[in-house]
Amino acid sequence: MRKYVPKDNVQAKSYYTDRYWVAPRVPREAVEEGTHFGAVVDAMKAFAKESYIEVGQLVIHIDAKENFEAIKTLKEQCGYTQCSEQSAVDYLAQDGEFELFYQFLNVNEAKRVRIVCRIKQGEAIESIVPLFNSANFAEREMFDMFGIKVNNHPFLKRIIMPDDWEGHPLLKTYPLHGDEFASWYEVDKIFGKEYRDIIGPENRDPARIDRYDTKRFSRVGYEVSFGEDITEGEKEQPIEYSETILVDYNKKSGKQLNERR
Amino acid sequence: MAQHQVNYASAAGLPIALTSVDKLVNWGRSNSLWPLTYGLACCAIEMMASGASRYDFDRMGTIFRASPRQADVMILAGTLSKKHAEFARRLYDQMTEPKWVISMGSCANTGGMFNTYATVQGVDRIVPVDIYLPGCAPRPETLQYALMMLQKKIRRESANMKNNTKQNLRLV
Repeated sequence: MRKYVPKDNVQAKSYYTDRYWVAPRVPREAVEEGTHFGAVVDAMKAFAKESYIEVGQLVIHIDAKENFEAIKTLKEQCGYTQCSEQSAVDYLAQDGEFELFYQFLNVNEAKRVRIVCRIKQGEAIESIVPLFNSANFAEREMFDMFGIKVNNHPFLKRIIMPDDWEGHPLLKTYPLHGDEFASWYEVDKIFGKEYRDIIGPENRDPARIDRYDTKRFSRVGYEVSFGEDITEGEKEQPIEYSETILVDYNKKSGKQLNERR
Repeated sequence: MAQHQVNYASAAGLPIALTSVDKLVNWGRSNSLWPLTYGLACCAIEMMASGASRYDFDRMGTIFRASPRQADVMILAGTLSKKHAEFARRLYDQMTEPKWVISMGSCANTGGMFNTYATVQGVDRIVPVDIYLPGCAPRPETLQYALMMLQKKIRRESANMKNNTKQNLRLV
């Protein structure tokens, strides 16, 4: 039998990660009463499961089944007349769900709102094209990249990848270098499958970075001589920034010349 | 071309120059290389610069043509995506013999930095390439040099294309 490889996350991982590095989290602030966002939260009360402010933007979590009604309310009652972006995030390995987000702009207030909802794999979402025409291409792209079906979309078809493509490239289970179908796509299409043997597989650069290879790599601030053995660790070299060696142009040029001499 | 030029004074003033058919035909071919106006990515900007007045391809007899039927050279300038590979090959097939291909820039040569599922990893997977031109993006001078190298290659070849050995026979 072939060896089993877990396919939860087949995308390339970095070869070196700092174990003490913690990804910084953006602070979430509560929505204050009496502000513009306060009014939006009031209007969206029937749909909102959770709402907070992140980097000056209001984020509202809703139920995926109510997305059309909620966005209609947001457009008609709160004045969010532009849908600037709509897509999804793959959390299948982590939670077994997709996170869908809709980004809206209120032109008069110059405020932005993000509507977030979650759906399970295989579930469909209602299209918001009757409300926002700009969502047409965004939803097609989401279908192309994640395979999320959109109900009542006027023309749900792949938009970036070719129509006969197999797989959805933005899924975390999709390998960066492509699956077998992707790696032979152009050969199969132009010459036919029998040409696979003649043309041969793709010759790809693995782009591997070796921390201890001093012949091809060097760390900024830790430069060592060519080919030196650094398995024991290397010495830090202070980085010299250009400010420290700049010439002071406020001085008279004659004085500078004397200094240099 | 004319290596066996006749001294007019001794040939009674007759305008005669002796050469071979190969040399005459290749002289014509190499000095009127018409590339296809076909830009794929940022390399196309450098290709446009090469064609414009500052670098001036016209002085080498190189005039960009908008139709593959009138073109001799295909300059694949930029990243070739897998979706587009089919059309690039179709344009190559539409060009009349004799035809040559210049692969311009890292992306066309090897896929370059686009080491991904959607990029053709070297255009030599779909068309036979005569000149590989390195750079990201190559300067117009480099493209000129590549074109001059191609001219040299053509002058070296037999005028009958059947006698020339193609490196990528599998793709011709």
